[in-house]
Amino acid sequence: MLFSQIKRKKPEKLRGLQKMKAYLDNGATTQVAKEVIKTMQKVMTNHFGNPSSLHTFGEEAKQELEKAREIIAKKLNADPSEIIFTSGGTESDNIAIRGTAYKNKDKGNHIITTSIEHPAVLRTCEALEKEGFKITYLKVDKDGLIRLKELEDTITQQTILVTIIHGNNEIGTIQDIESIGKVCKSKNVLFHTDAVQSFTKVPIDVKKINIDLMSISAHKIHGPKGVGALFIKKGTRLRQIITGGEQENKNRPGTENTPGAAGFAKAVELCKEQGIEDMIRLRDMLIDGIEKNIPDVILNGSREKRLPNNVNIAFRYIEGESLLYQLDSKGIAVSTGSACSSQSLSPSYVLLAIGLKPEVAHGSIRFTLSRYTTKEEIEYTIKNVKEVVENLRKISPLAKRRD
Amino acid sequence: MATAYSKEVMKRFKKPKFAREMKDADAFGEVGNPTCGDVMKIFLKISKNKKGDEFIKDISFQTFGCVAAISASDALCELAKGKTIQEALKITRDDIIKLLKGLPSIKFHCSVLGEEALQKAIEDYKKKKK
Repeated sequence: MLFSQIKRKKPEKLRGLQKMKAYLDNGATTQVAKEVIKTMQKVMTNHFGNPSSLHTFGEEAKQELEKAREIIAKKLNADPSEIIFTSGGTESDNIAIRGTAYKNKDKGNHIITTSIEHPAVLRTCEALEKEGFKITYLKVDKDGLIRLKELEDTITQQTILVTIIHGNNEIGTIQDIESIGKVCKSKNVLFHTDAVQSFTKVPIDVKKINIDLMSISAHKIHGPKGVGALFIKKGTRLRQIITGGEQENKNRPGTENTPGAAGFAKAVELCKEQGIEDMIRLRDMLIDGIEKNIPDVILNGSREKRLPNNVNIAFRYIEGESLLYQLDSKGIAVSTGSACSSQSLSPSYVLLAIGLKPEVAHGSIRFTLSRYTTKEEIEYTIKNVKEVVENLRKISPLAKRRD
Repeated sequence: MATAYSKEVMKRFKKPKFAREMKDADAFGEVGNPTCGDVMKIFLKISKNKKGDEFIKDISFQTFGCVAAISASDALCELAKGKTIQEALKITRDDIIKLLKGLPSIKFHCSVLGEEALQKAIEDYKKKKK
């Protein structure tokens, strides 16, 4: 073998050894579980039929679809007939909110939401506002929680829907949906919650909690992208938003994504309580590690009422995008609420809503774990965040002012 | 990583050559606003060359800001170092963008900050001289 060939081989080998990496952006999306891929491959290969077809091919696909529906319904203690498959969280939110608004516009035109919703809800409400609906955006406290009394006082005879996010995607705050559900029931108003981040991480029993509509998504729980579901409580009527065939009780026309649904169900089956406990332990280890080792940090969101996988921290005197890229060069993937990472150049509205000053919001980083996150990854992250924050503070003109 | 930044921008961001506080600076200029997410501070050390013209003998920066702001600061320092004050005042944001081999359009203001910070530092020097 020529020397040059040996030399060429070496870097490949080194790359094989891979330096440490930590994927901590599971709030954005998750790695698809191997078991999910296997299930989807099986369904795609063996049960490719159209579930609406009458022949055996169709029947087999239909069985797969209904099996998936049952598994997802069971996780929520819902009836399978109360679950429709969609293309994801955004579509579920749209079907729920627009569907309710248009269906009930003769009863009233008022919708209540919060100032910290996911854009899928916020932009939908804003669009309805342009169509003549009145929207109230509830404020939140410094932890990101709404005030129940304020919700109660805001509901009028005109109110047709309350839509409030369960676990916030940025700061991880978990709203008390049980109490919110009670308020809505007592006032006879429909309640929708976007549970995309909390689904399988925070137990939800739709028989115990009054929820009329709930959006969930597969790709946040190690399932495939492009598939989600909407829980529609029995008796809840929606106006059809997408026109077409009769699939999914006419609420979501279009040939069903059978492999996607099967993959989603497999992902749900793989979610075990132990995984959540481990996530909470690692989450707290990360929070402690950062708070103990780095001065001038602020934990954003509620310390107690928090998603098991969310850590959102403001690092004062530095800017989030810089921090994100420095961490990326160490193999650590996170996200930021900084303006500089957005097209609008204004910092995260969620962080501003909990009362953060813009200059502090600019330095906020979100770490989101999954059940695949290891202790070693968290240790590696703490060590590197400390180093990178120190370096960026060294070159920051704000660091010495300490106001 | 999915980034719109040029290799040159990332290189300077990861290893800036001029990022430090200059304790014995003759002058400095600070622009930007923490609320907007960018503060750039430029330090200058001025000397006279053989012809008797004042020139930038040393320059450094401290920046609170994004990747673009940090690399634009570094590029500005490189452009200004060794130049006479008259020459340095002619440095524009386009020169900074050119040295960085481009910036995403949404980040152009970072190069403007660089231009302004240097001008402010030179103003500060002129004021102090009087």
